[in-house]
Amino acid sequence: MSHSNSHDHAVHGHEHSHDEHANHGSLRSYLTGFVLAVILTVIPFWLVMGHVFQSHWVTITLVLLLAIVQILVHVVYFLHLDTHSEGGWNMLSFVFTIVLVVIVLGASIWVMYNENTNMMPMSPQYQHNGE
Amino acid sequence: MLEPTSPPAARSFLFGRLTLDSLPFLKPDLEGHIVLVTFLAVICGGLAVLGLITYKRLWGYLWREWFTSVDHKKLGIMYMILGTVMLLRGFADAVMMRAQQAIAFGPNMGYLPPEHYDQIFTAHGSIMIFFVAMAYIVGLINYVMPLQIGSRDVAFPFLNNLSFWFTFWGAITFMVSLFVGDFSTAGWLGYPPVSELQQGPGVDYYIWGLQLSGVGTLLSGVNFVVTIIKMRAPGMTMMKMPVFTWTSLCTSGLIIATFPVLTATLFLLSLDRYVGTHFFTSDFGGNVMMYINLIWVWGHPEVYILILPIFGIYSEIVPTFSGKPLFGYSSMVYATCAIMILSYLVWLHHFFTMGSGADVNSFFSLTTMIISIPTGVKIFNWLFTMYRGRVHFTVPMLWTMGFLFTFTIGGMTGVMLSVAPADFLLHNSLFLIAHFHNVIIGGVVFGVFAGVNYWFPKAFGFKLDEFWGKASFWFWQIGFWLAFGPLYIMGFMGVTRRLSHFDNPALQPYFIVAGIGAALIALGIGSFIVQIGISILRRKQYAVGGDPWDGRTLEWATSSPPPDYNFAFVPNVHERDAWMDMKKHGYQRPLEGFNDIHMPKNTASGVVIGVLSFACCFGLIWYIWWLAAASFVGVIVASIVHTFNYHRDYHIPKAEVNAFEHSGNWQDAAQGANA
Repeated sequence: MSHSNSHDHAVHGHEHSHDEHANHGSLRSYLTGFVLAVILTVIPFWLVMGHVFQSHWVTITLVLLLAIVQILVHVVYFLHLDTHSEGGWNMLSFVFTIVLVVIVLGASIWVMYNENTNMMPMSPQYQHNGE
Repeated sequence: MLEPTSPPAARSFLFGRLTLDSLPFLKPDLEGHIVLVTFLAVICGGLAVLGLITYKRLWGYLWREWFTSVDHKKLGIMYMILGTVMLLRGFADAVMMRAQQAIAFGPNMGYLPPEHYDQIFTAHGSIMIFFVAMAYIVGLINYVMPLQIGSRDVAFPFLNNLSFWFTFWGAITFMVSLFVGDFSTAGWLGYPPVSELQQGPGVDYYIWGLQLSGVGTLLSGVNFVVTIIKMRAPGMTMMKMPVFTWTSLCTSGLIIATFPVLTATLFLLSLDRYVGTHFFTSDFGGNVMMYINLIWVWGHPEVYILILPIFGIYSEIVPTFSGKPLFGYSSMVYATCAIMILSYLVWLHHFFTMGSGADVNSFFSLTTMIISIPTGVKIFNWLFTMYRGRVHFTVPMLWTMGFLFTFTIGGMTGVMLSVAPADFLLHNSLFLIAHFHNVIIGGVVFGVFAGVNYWFPKAFGFKLDEFWGKASFWFWQIGFWLAFGPLYIMGFMGVTRRLSHFDNPALQPYFIVAGIGAALIALGIGSFIVQIGISILRRKQYAVGGDPWDGRTLEWATSSPPPDYNFAFVPNVHERDAWMDMKKHGYQRPLEGFNDIHMPKNTASGVVIGVLSFACCFGLIWYIWWLAAASFVGVIVASIVHTFNYHRDYHIPKAEVNAFEHSGNWQDAAQGANA
């Protein structure tokens, strides 16, 4: 609960009332996170190695979904992201980052997929000889 | 075919690929002579400046008070000086291009060979964006924002100094390419395949110069966000922050989100060039289009990084000189935030013609039209603030009104370009050139001049000369339209950008008019320099107190120039326009009860790390591997040594604070107010 490390560079212009307590977690929350992380890791391995589903797409979708849940588990239990820390700024910047990453990755994939479809009609072999 | 580098003719251990042939001013052709004359002028000018500094024994002063300073105000001023020097360089490039295009018709090939012309337009674009516009923006935020939020410095003062030196040495990297080797010919964004295929150090100068300045800008962005979020004066909630601080916050958020993309993209390009990877080749699994996609993921937010703080400047100037609070503060804030998010959804409009197809193009076409709405909201807010206000026609206000007129037209041509089918005709034409100069000159440059005229008295304690300020404004305003009006017209005729020679003599009159426009802009820049010079000479006559414009925000609550510690007592904020509120309630500046003030100490680490980083980049550019390796290790060692420096702060004793607060150069607002 200390703020000692934030004082290294900061100028002591203002004497903040230190009411923004960062949550540093407890043994219980770390264990919960660990168990959840293990479960979320085991399931995808089982899905892939046990050939549980016929369709690859079902497996891929499930693994991706579990990966997203895994990220959330890490962020909440290990990085202690909640709506209170730093007056909500941590949460806000996390959401902002997610929005931008989704936009950049999603739209880039969308754009490049369309470009490949529209602009690369040649067969790979022709393409290679055509230079 | 796409191998990045062919085996060099001669490469020594000591100098890498740097040989006497690399010095363009030794070549016996016209280009060589042009560079030689420039080189001699720079050498003479540089020696004169260095000699003067030595003669006046200023080195110690410069080192102690400026180079090693972590004071946000001094760093802000150094950024502004850097921006102005680079403006002269970038404008010299512009003049050379205008002169070439005005004469290179039919049999006359002009005075610049195509290879040289390509380097000039590349240097012009990248210098104007990275080292003029960005330096000005970061400088203004640095100077003004901490004062506006009632803080004594930024959150990470040393990092601020380091950011400046990274930017500075990035600029030096670009300048060195003038006289040692050559520069990129691949345009200001370094599109492959040209940037992959060009031999020699040109593109490497471009890459490493931008990497240096990019890191500097990123660190500044982090610094500003933390400062605004953590260090506001008590009582200043988010919705009581001055609009300039709001726009600085949004710009810094964009910097943090986008500059890593630039760094990564340029890193991939350098891997292609240095170790023969194929990220951006058309062969071996690479994709040229991906570079263009990635660079614009950075590039479009970048133009909003430039314009948002400028919108903030206008939002400070208009209320001050209209004598009214800003119309629609909340809508201004929401519009800024909306632009911040939307700026991330429009980048594809820079390459509609690349073949993404109708769905993709329609989506980005719509988002581009949508982003003009919050911008339009802002224009109306400024107009309604002026409406029925008592408008003072000062120089900052003139620039603002010139902006409203010019930028609105630039915005509308932007909406024209956002229509994808129209863009297929206008893409890469002079219409595009006219459009983005219209918004960047009419928006960013006008805003910087408005901001400089507005805050100069705060920074130096005297106003800038009105006559030369107005002269500068009118030369720029008229010069701008003469220079870029013809480009709009020729763009409609289908004339493309980046041409160093034309066959059709019917176009020549347009280019001559554009050249005359550039000459008027040159007079505008000259007037600005005269304005600064004359004001320095007449500084006694133009001296002002802390609040010369009857300002509304906290920076005007300090003396001009503010002391190192900015505020002897950190103000308590109750309302928006905190200083106006304090004045209304009969605020009296306290003259006793001072305490020691805890401040960060100057450090040489920023200078050292900056020099070593430049040496590392120079080594990489010329394949001088021992230099690159040694200076890279040096950077790491210097950074580690810096972390062991525990003497980073000191206290300004209260006696000193007391003395300053009672000193004669501290004029009260009532004495200084001229309104």
